[in-house]
Amino acid sequence: MATSLHRDDVRHLMEQGAQLVEVLPAAEYDDEHLPGAINIPLKTLGPKTVTGLDRSNPVIVYCWDGL
Amino acid sequence: MSPRAACRLETLGFTAVYDYTAGKADWLAAGLPTEGTALTPPRPGALARTAVPTCAPDGTVATARQRVAASGEDRCVVTSGGGVVLGVLDQSALAGNDDARAVDAMRPGPATVRAHEDLHELVGRMHARKVTAILVTDPEGRLLGLLHRADADAFLARTHHGGRQAR
Repeated sequence: MATSLHRDDVRHLMEQGAQLVEVLPAAEYDDEHLPGAINIPLKTLGPKTVTGLDRSNPVIVYCWDGL
Repeated sequence: MSPRAACRLETLGFTAVYDYTAGKADWLAAGLPTEGTALTPPRPGALARTAVPTCAPDGTVATARQRVAASGEDRCVVTSGGGVVLGVLDQSALAGNDDARAVDAMRPGPATVRAHEDLHELVGRMHARKVTAILVTDPEGRLLGLLHRADADAFLARTHHGGRQAR
C-alpha cells in the first residue's frame, strides 16, 4: 500500500524531482492543478497512459481529497 | 480516488508511489500556488494581509502593544513556536497590564477560515456577523494572514466578482 504523504512531504519530494499525477477528470485538472502536475484520470490509468512516467523517480498521486 | 490510483500504479510495477491523500483541497486550503486555465475566483488567502503582528504565549502585553502600534493593525495574534494560532490580543487586552503574559490576556480560540474559501460567501458572513477582520490559517492552524473585510469589499466591488463558487 502506498505511503500517504503530508503536504510538507509532497513539497519536499517535488523539489527532489518527484512526479505529480492528478487523477481527477481532465476538466478539473485543466481548471486548476498543482504546479507541474500531469493528468492521468483514474478511469484511464493503465499501461498505455503511464508510459510517460519515469519509473526511476517517485510518483505522487492526488485527487481532490482522497475520496 | 487517489488511494486506488496509487494501488493501480503499484500493480503496474511502480515501486515508489506516494499518495497525497489530503489532495488538492488541502493544497488550496494552505494557500499554495496552482496552475490551470480557470479564472480562479478570489480567495481569502490571496487578499489577507500577511504582515500581522504576532507574539509568543509567554510574551508580554507591552511587547505585543508595541508590535501592533508599529504594524497599523488593531490586534496581535498569539502563536506557538510553530506558528499555530492560539489566541488574539485585541484592543481591550492590549490596554491591560504591561507585564501580563499574552497567554493569560488573550482571547483563546479565535475564529479562522481557510485560504481557499469562497470569498463572496465569506464576506457575506462577515457582514452578517459584523466581523471586520478574520484570521486565515492553513489546515494545521498555522497563521497565513489577516483578511480585512474592507479589503475584500473593495476587491469585490472593483472586480464585480459575484458568487462564483470556489471548490
